[in-house]
Amino acid sequence: MSKAVSLLTKRVGKINPQSVEDYVSMGGFEGLKKALTMEPMAIIDEMLEATLLGRGGAAYPAGKKWKQLYNIEGSPKYIVCNGDEGEPGTFKDKILLRDDPMSVIEGMAIAGYVFGANDGYIYIRGEYRLIQAAFKESIEACKKAGFLGENILGSGWNYDIHVVSGAGAYVCGENSALLNSIEAQTGRPRIKPPHLAEVGLFSKPTLVNNVESFADVPLIVNMGGKAFYELGSEGDGGTKLVSICGNVNNRVVAEVGLGHVTLRDLIYDEEFGGGIPEGKELKFFHMGGQSGPIGFPEQLDTPYTAKALKKEGLSIGSGALVVLDEDMCIIDYLLKVCEFFIHESCGKCVPCREGNKQVHNILTKFKNGVATEADLELLQRLSRTMTTASFCGLGQAACTALDCCIKHRRAEFEAHMRGECPHCFPKE
Amino acid sequence: MLNHFSDEQILAIVEENGACKENLLYILLKLQDLSPQNYIDERTANLVAERVGLSRVQMYDILTFYAMLKTKPRGKYIIEVCNSSPCYASKADRVTAILEKELGIKVGETTPDGMFTVSYMPCNGYCEIGPVIRVQGRTHGNLTEEKIKEIIDGLRNA
Ligand SMILES: Cc1cc2nc3c(=O)[nH]c(=O)nc-3n(C[C@H](O)[C@H](O)[C@H](O)COP(=O)(O)O)c2cc1C
Ligand code: SF4
Ligand code: FES
Repeated sequence: MSKAVSLLTKRVGKINPQSVEDYVSMGGFEGLKKALTMEPMAIIDEMLEATLLGRGGAAYPAGKKWKQLYNIEGSPKYIVCNGDEGEPGTFKDKILLRDDPMSVIEGMAIAGYVFGANDGYIYIRGEYRLIQAAFKESIEACKKAGFLGENILGSGWNYDIHVVSGAGAYVCGENSALLNSIEAQTGRPRIKPPHLAEVGLFSKPTLVNNVESFADVPLIVNMGGKAFYELGSEGDGGTKLVSICGNVNNRVVAEVGLGHVTLRDLIYDEEFGGGIPEGKELKFFHMGGQSGPIGFPEQLDTPYTAKALKKEGLSIGSGALVVLDEDMCIIDYLLKVCEFFIHESCGKCVPCREGNKQVHNILTKFKNGVATEADLELLQRLSRTMTTASFCGLGQAACTALDCCIKHRRAEFEAHMRGECPHCFPKE
Repeated sequence: MLNHFSDEQILAIVEENGACKENLLYILLKLQDLSPQNYIDERTANLVAERVGLSRVQMYDILTFYAMLKTKPRGKYIIEVCNSSPCYASKADRVTAILEKELGIKVGETTPDGMFTVSYMPCNGYCEIGPVIRVQGRTHGNLTEEKIKEIIDGLRNA
């Protein structure tokens, strides 16, 4: 029996993404219509029951976030959709933005209604410029059809969505940096508290959710929070888009019920990753982008859901699942990860700005076969400092992958100290 | 070669794309695309800053913060190779080697005729077709030596 689900992705590839008619013909805007007949608090109750854990990486319960914002005085309130999708290995928001943009628009509109907002912003990474243009077309089409703009569906409520472009900065995916970026400042994170629900965009109460989180909202309103929750399991409701790539036969976005598949299924099943090319062995896999944890073959039978993964020291993060085969050296891989963080560190705080460079220096010693036991200890100390003392999530999570590798594959670090690695020190 | 647009033309582009702060990055990327050497020169930066209400210092801060924006002239065509780990696993190093051989330059350099600049970029969200390069804003994936040569020839003859 197929383990793939098709709810969030049911329209992908089946409709003209810029056609309201197509969207409506496959159930589009039913959620918004229903929402407009409901009390805002009743919608939040459904969101709470759905237990939708934010799909942008931090897995914060969306219902809880909505309730907090609802209880905050102040207007206007702003709705912001995070379409920065910067975690390497992640390409699932792209599928929604490109192939079913109106599901994101509908989710943002329902949020707008709940909070009485008149303006929503969607921040789409600069690399998706062609998608930005198409998304703007979709917004215009929705306005023409009365689902957006003035007096939406005769309700007397006005709501517009503005598309804002990024310009190549991973840290702008951090929600406060993202708001700074919209305000035409450099995209460096803000200090919290105050939380964005209190002091957000233009210093007003603001909701920031991920693209996929917003696309889930119409589903929740339509089927009810309970039914949505039951698509998942164990306090982790709904379905999830997983970006599977790296050394697998099928590099795809899969949709699965949370907790209804294992990591093994995702990597090996024909309908998902389809196994590793050329019959090679799995060496490790990297979850949730560069800031996420690394897992190993002995963890493959873990169900893909927050609680079970947490027990293994793993997490879903952005939903990336990057598969690496036997030819990849762990040290080499970690150097790549580290280079990414050096490039993307915004430079605001020392632990991250300098720490990543030092991690790189020490890892390079391992690669060159000149590292000692003291270097391994230093690496762990650095990691602790960066994790606890960095200003934002970027620096705090930069050593997650490193920590997993030291914990589970210390032997590979020790082998490098002795100059043993088929990749770094070839025999001939 | 300086930006060939007049002040009026630059400001017209700013207006066309909604002259306000939230459109700033979009406008700057657009102006950079239109500039023959793919960068934002000082005159353009100052004009835009004044129009949207930023100081020159704030504008410089922004131009040097965002990786896609450049303050130094580059080649007519920009070829960027993704060097994030998923593409690395899909043998992005081979792509770099082919580009370097084909164009006779290293990553980070511009060909002497000013036609091509090759640089690295982080993951741009097309890992399902890695290794990828981005050329003039468009992403090309599943690259083979033949395909890379075809892309370069296409640009040479454009
Ligand atoms: C360095 C950094 C980068 C991030 N990048 C993204 C991103 O590209 N997209 C995203 O949705 N969330 C990203 N986040 C998480 C956001 O800060 C925020 O938690 C999220 O947008 C909230 O939406 P959600 O609750 O629906 O997931 C990032 C966080 C950090 C610290
Ligand atoms: S941890 Fe510090 S330097 Fe790193 S991105 Fe965050 S604020 Fe910037
Ligand atoms: S890693 Fe190259 S496009 Fe994602």
